[in-house]
Amino acid sequence: MFYRLSGIHHTRYESARALWPVTADRRIVQGLLLLAVAAPFLLSDLYLTSYMLPWLIWTAAALSLTLLMGVAGQLHFGFAAVMAIGAYTSIHLTRAGVPFELALLGAGLMAALIGCLFGAAALRVKGLYLVMATLAMQYLVEWTIINVPAISGGAQATLSTPDVTFLFIPLQSDGALYYTALLWTVVVTLLIMNIKRSSFGRALVAVRDKDFAASVIGVNPLKYKLLAFFASSFLGGVTGAVLAFCYYQAVTPEQFGFNVSIQLVAMVLVGGLGSVIGAYLGAGFVLLLPIVLTNLLAFVAQFDLIPISFNLLSHIPLMVYGALIIGVILFEPLGLAKIYDNIRKYFLVWPFRHTQS
Amino acid sequence: MDFQFLIELTINGALTGLMYSLVALGIVLIYKSSGVPNLAQGAMVMIAAYLVWIFAGLLGTPILVALFMALVGMFLFGMLTERFLLRKMVGQPIIMVVMLTLGLESLLRGIGPGLLGAAPKSLDLGLDMMPIIIGDVFINREYLVGGLIGAAMVGLSLLFFRTRLGTKLRAVSDNHISSWSVGISVERAVAISWGLAGISAVAAGAMWGSVQGVDWTLTALLFPAVAVVILGGLDSIYGVLIAGLIVGILGSVIPGYVDPLVGGGTRDVVTSLIILLTIMFRPHGIFGREDIERV
Repeated sequence: MFYRLSGIHHTRYESARALWPVTADRRIVQGLLLLAVAAPFLLSDLYLTSYMLPWLIWTAAALSLTLLMGVAGQLHFGFAAVMAIGAYTSIHLTRAGVPFELALLGAGLMAALIGCLFGAAALRVKGLYLVMATLAMQYLVEWTIINVPAISGGAQATLSTPDVTFLFIPLQSDGALYYTALLWTVVVTLLIMNIKRSSFGRALVAVRDKDFAASVIGVNPLKYKLLAFFASSFLGGVTGAVLAFCYYQAVTPEQFGFNVSIQLVAMVLVGGLGSVIGAYLGAGFVLLLPIVLTNLLAFVAQFDLIPISFNLLSHIPLMVYGALIIGVILFEPLGLAKIYDNIRKYFLVWPFRHTQS
Repeated sequence: MDFQFLIELTINGALTGLMYSLVALGIVLIYKSSGVPNLAQGAMVMIAAYLVWIFAGLLGTPILVALFMALVGMFLFGMLTERFLLRKMVGQPIIMVVMLTLGLESLLRGIGPGLLGAAPKSLDLGLDMMPIIIGDVFINREYLVGGLIGAAMVGLSLLFFRTRLGTKLRAVSDNHISSWSVGISVERAVAISWGLAGISAVAAGAMWGSVQGVDWTLTALLFPAVAVVILGGLDSIYGVLIAGLIVGILGSVIPGYVDPLVGGGTRDVVTSLIILLTIMFRPHGIFGREDIERV
């Protein structure tokens, strides 16, 4: 129906290797992009700034993390700390008078440099020990930010972002903020999709699958692990800066705590490790499902049919989110991306049953 | 004066460290038999503390009966967790297992305070609150009892591993397939180790709950417990005891001198540094078994 493969013959390698070889896929992507561009005119301000905007930015963060965890196979439980480095660097740079565009770059570089320190642990250990090492670094970065007044502006302080312009457009209106976030997410998406089909991406996959075997076929695991940490931390740092400027507008260390790191890993895992569409679905699910369910329960509680205390209501997001992770891991370890893929394959040959690709 | 301050920090740190060992013991028991790093142990400690509080505080049963009921409850809870969650994860990559236990952690952290109220609840074990004073050194009595129980639990598990059942568990921790081939039910052994972790969670929950009150902050014990486990070696029971003492003493002495200079919170830094340095220089810990990986 939507995905008829008939009439699609690739006669050149270039067309078979295109990002979206099936025309219908390309149409859908174009349609979604149009919808995203038109969103400020279609949605109310509330939906735009409190649902669409965070969803896009967290998607960019999940994409940066999936490059490291899904493609390169290096587990990272301190990604919120990397984003915090980006956020704080960008704020201090813009406060010092550096243009926002350069500050974003600086944020990325700073995060990438410190992120490579995280990577230094990866050169020696992997798996569970890497989880613990990155977790410990998350605490160290958090503590440094909180306890060095030059960074956080003193204990318990919030740093508000200064007014900036991005590409000559002042970042004041909701629309400008939204388009900045959209632009960054689209850039990250295209970048990750292209990395996955380049030699760099294939080297990362080789290291992920077995680093000894990769070094046997001539891929230097140390080099590629560090490069993966560098690239992913760079993207994460810039995303942190975008998050600070476009969404929070005032940052505190708590916004980048340990729980946020876990949440990011959950996004990547619920969506599907290493999958681009999975990052979109996972970020949306982890971010929005608890909100939707809380609203639903608050709505039910109005009628006094079942007693739901305020205390229970405030703990619902935590429960939903835990149950969501457990459910996805038990029933679909490949994540929401796999569910999407199944549906897509079903429609590829609909109304027939069997697929060939 | 200064020397006495050091002694006081050291002794109280050592006792706290032994209480960390109580939490860490559960992680080691599970890792030893099944290779699963149970990051939900902090939450299990919290649930155990809530159970003791329900029986002792809400229903008003005597504390010993309440503890016994909680032991039974947590043993079952551990076995059920293994049966319905972890058994399906055999053969899955480590990230899946880690995230599953973290998912369980946040589920429990929502359920406990969500259903019973988030305000801290006091748990009275019938201990005297007065500190013990030896010479000029103040020792917290609850920490002393907790530390002794911690050391006792580690000793008990060492003895347990010499019994018939314990020998089976050791065989399972060595190799799953060869255990199957000599007729040991690996599934049951792993389930029992989860039950034992539940029991050690009751001991930890009761002691920590009585020291700092029962609420969600008990789950934060996971972090020092992880440091203890990493430093001691993930599959070593002796390691829990020694590393517990080291983490406890360093986590008490260093903040005691450094905290006034930098404005607090150095205990987490010390714990993080212990984890990091161990992983950098001796990933398998002091007593842990080194993994050999085959291509």
